[in-house]
Parts: sequence; C-alpha cells; structure tokens
Amino acid sequence: MSVDATTVRRIAHLARIAVDDAEVPALQGELNAILAFVEQLQEVNVDGVEPMTSVTPMEMKKRADVVNDGEIADKIVANAPVTEDHFFLVPKVVE
Amino acid sequence: MTDLTSLTLAEARDGLAKKSFTSLELTDAHLAAMERARALNAYVLETPERARAMASEADARIAKGEGGRLNGLPLGIKDLFATEGVRTTACSKILGDFKPPYESTVTSQLWRDGAVMLGKLNNDEFAMGSSNETSCFGPVINPWRRAGSDTKLVPGGSSGGSASAVAAGLCLGATATDTGGSIRQPAAFTGTVGIKPTYGRCSRWGIVAFASSLDQAGPIARTVRDTAILMRSMAGHDPKDTTSVDRPVPDYEAAIGKSVKGMKIGIPREYRLDGMPAEIEKLWAQGADWLKAAGAELVEVSLPHTKYALPAYYIVAPAEASSNLARYDGVRYGMRVEGRNIVEMYENTRAKGFGAEVRRRIMIGTYVLSAGYYDAYYLRAQKVRTLIKKDFEDCYAAGINAILTPATPSAAFGIGEKTGADPIEMYLNDIFTVTVNMAGLPGIAVPAGKDAQGLPLGLQLIGRPFDEETLVSLGEVIEQAAGRFTPERWW
Repeated sequence: MSVDATTVRRIAHLARIAVDDAEVPALQGELNAILAFVEQLQEVNVDGVEPMTSVTPMEMKKRADVVNDGEIADKIVANAPVTEDHFFLVPKVVE
Repeated sequence: MTDLTSLTLAEARDGLAKKSFTSLELTDAHLAAMERARALNAYVLETPERARAMASEADARIAKGEGGRLNGLPLGIKDLFATEGVRTTACSKILGDFKPPYESTVTSQLWRDGAVMLGKLNNDEFAMGSSNETSCFGPVINPWRRAGSDTKLVPGGSSGGSASAVAAGLCLGATATDTGGSIRQPAAFTGTVGIKPTYGRCSRWGIVAFASSLDQAGPIARTVRDTAILMRSMAGHDPKDTTSVDRPVPDYEAAIGKSVKGMKIGIPREYRLDGMPAEIEKLWAQGADWLKAAGAELVEVSLPHTKYALPAYYIVAPAEASSNLARYDGVRYGMRVEGRNIVEMYENTRAKGFGAEVRRRIMIGTYVLSAGYYDAYYLRAQKVRTLIKKDFEDCYAAGINAILTPATPSAAFGIGEKTGADPIEMYLNDIFTVTVNMAGLPGIAVPAGKDAQGLPLGLQLIGRPFDEETLVSLGEVIEQAAGRFTPERWW
C-alpha cells in the first residue's frame, strides 16, 4: 500500500500537525518508503496467532479507590503557556 | 592524585570508602571535565550547583559512617527522565523550558542511594533516532575518531549523550532508555557497556514516554560491574507504573565472576546477514570462542521471525508514539503557537514544536491506527510480535541460557552520513537489538574489539526474562577477554 498527497494531508490533519503544500511531496516519499519496508509483514502466516497485548505476563494491578493526591493546582499549571486563576486558557471553542 | 574521571564507578566507590578523596573532589573533577568537553555536546544542561550540594551532603554522610550504595558517585541523567525543578525537554522544542514538579522513580532511587547529579544528557528527540542527530540541541559527537581522521562521528542513539559522556569520562555512569536499541547501540558505538533490562524491571514513571510497551530504562557505564551496580539502584517495583514487576531486586554485582561453565549459549543463524562486514563476523566468532574457553557450550539456534522484527517495530512503535505524543497540545505545558482557532493552534504548535523525525513517526502511527488500516498493519504487527517472542521462548525452553549476537551491523558512522531521503537506512542500525524489545527480554552490549579504522565494536547477549544476572556473568567474561576501550582525548 502507498499514500497519495491527499492522504498525506488527511493523516497530518488527523495527527494535528500543520503541513505546508511544499512539504507534502517529501513527506509522501518518506512515508511510502516506510510503508514499502513494512509490507514484508504480509508474507508472514499469522493464522490463529493471538496479537500481543502484554509483553510480560502480568495481571492488571489496581490500587485502592481513594484520593491520594491533590491540592497542587499551582504545580499543575506552573508549566502552562497561558493560564488564569489555575485555569488553562485556550482559544475560544464555543461561540 | 590520579585523574578522578578515569576511575570506574566501582573504583570511585571504593576510593570514597577508603577516604582517598571526597565526593566533592570527585564531583569537581567531573564538572571540570564537562566544561572542557563542551565540543562533544553530551550535556544539554549542566547542574554544577546542585551537584556540589549533593556531593557535600554525601561527604557529610560518609563522615557519619552512613550513605547508600551509590553515595557520592556523580552520574549523568538522560534528558528523558523527569527531574524535579530541573529542565527536562526530551530534547524537543515542544517541551520548551519544562520543569517537572516531580521526580522520575528511577532517578529518585539513585538519589535515595546517595548519587550526585551532574546534569542532563543529550538524546534524540523523544528518543526517536539511532544517531543522536534529531535532538533540538544539535548532534552529540562521539569521543572516538577513525584512525588518522578528524571526521566527526555519531555516538549512536537515542542515548547518545549518555554513551558519549561515559566514554569521555564526563560522568561515572549514566541513565539511558531503550525502545529499539537506544542503550545497546550507542554503548557499542562508544566502547561502553549498556544493559536494557527485562520489560517491567525498571519503573517507567516519570520517563517521557515514546512507545510504552517497548520503553525500558537501564544504565550505560564503563564496565560490566559498573552497570550491575547501577542496575540494583534503578530496578524495583513501583506502584505508580502498572507494568512494573513486583519481584525482589537481586545483587547484580554478585554475578560478576560467577562461573559460566556448562551454560548453553545460542548462536542464531538468522543474525548472519548477507553483506555483513567481515570484521563483525570475526568479532562474533571471537566472542563465541571466549565464552567457550570459559566453559560455555555454543549451540546454533534458529529465531525464524528475526527479519520481521524491524518492520513490525516500525508499526508498533510509531502507533504507540502517535498516541503518547498527543499530549503535546500547547495547552498544559511547553510551547504554543497561536492559530485562528483551537485546532489551528494545535496544528501550528505541533508543526513547529516537533522535529522532522518525530512528525514522520507520529504520521506513520496515525496512519496505521486509522480506520480501514488498523487490521492490516497494527493488528498484524502485534501478531508478528507474538511470533517473535515465541521464537525466543522456544530457544529458552530447549535449555539455552543466553543468546550471543553482534550489537550493531557496523561501527559508528559520520554525522550526516545516514540522514538522506530514505529513513530505512538509519532504522537498519537497530536490526540486532530491536527483537529484544519486541520480546520484552533483557540485553547487554559489551565492547569486544575494534574495526580496521580503530573504532569500537560491541557484542550483544540476550537473556531469559528477569535473568540479567546471567548477562552480567557472561558480559564479564567478554570484558575480561577483550579488555576495556578508552578513546584518546582530542577535545
């Protein structure tokens, strides 16, 4: 399988990465090189093989459902680019 | 006094215990070496004040007859590990000036045991790379050069800063991480030792995530013994990482010098690649001979799905990365580039903040997970992964204790030599190491010889799950036979 220019733009949008028209041909070439490389997986017989979900056999651990953290709003917003009163600020989403 | 930066971690530990020097003297010697070696670009942040304060505290503990296993030993920390209040960037512009309000579990255990932090080490952006050329701080230079040449070589990646700093004597040991070979390949390129532990052995909490089912932290140091010492502090159960394994941490150092007599060492025939350089073949045979001389039995084994590990990796790892890196949205931390609306803000931020290799992998990951392609790519790759793991399980079930392979298909290459239009050329560097991550197994890279141009080459040993101790014992045999490899100082 390979991707065309339209697909490259669609993937970029799904990935939320802005792509200039000028960048599309190079990206398309690189993505197709990777897709051509992984194409060889099609020759492996995977009938009846379970997909791996956990590389080390282990039970999902669960912790007690209790509050074990909190009251650290200052720390949480400390690295944000734009904040106000312990809120993250974003461009307007609802008109 | 001998140059304190040429000591091994074990020698420095013993010197501190005998009061031959103080931690402050040891730390100052390393800080001075770091200053002289800035041309290597191994550190992206030096923390001399913190280092001296930690060293003084360590000296105070020594005076009181106290102190943990790593008391007073100066280490470098890969910039992928969150360090409280100290800038942590994963060497990506998108994290900007991020100062974590928390400490990673692995580093907190190093400080618990008394280690001293010298600074943060360069790496490929988000650990995506095999040459340390994708870092937003620029490439790291390998302290090794080809005989009679001043061409700048890469130290490998993604833990290139860690490997370069250890090789050049800019720390006694370093933390590193390995998703497809990022500890073992740079160790091999710099004549240092690196261990990628079994998946689950070290907590991933507080380590910037790349591909969560493959990422594992481990040490790079100058000897097998030094990596064993560091492993004991880095490993251990952490309730904050659900994939961290709750089993006791052994004294890995005690495995040094343990007999390997009667051990069965597998030599996988699928690792004998067409067009493999003759010197790599020779090194591999030499390593087998050394183990044989130590009493091990060499057995030819087959890992039939080896050739599919790298293509399966380039589906699984980007898929997980595209999901993990969705968090960089210009809202909660790091850089933001404004747009006309929120989606444009996301898109502009991520276009400007991520480098080319990271954008490429996020896009591949997004594609293989997208509707209509999930089964053909991602699901199939996860099935192939099951088969790769089964290859190893069959070997171990047949009585094989460990597997010997080359660590890399070549010695270190020049900066810019493999950054052309075809990304696969760079990806092939990890051909011998990536299987280990896919199967969640432990692996060690040990320097074993030099190529015709005088550059170090490494061998890899792959172990059974949670049997890092056998790798330490076998690695020590190779190190004793091959000797140690130290670059000549030119910087």
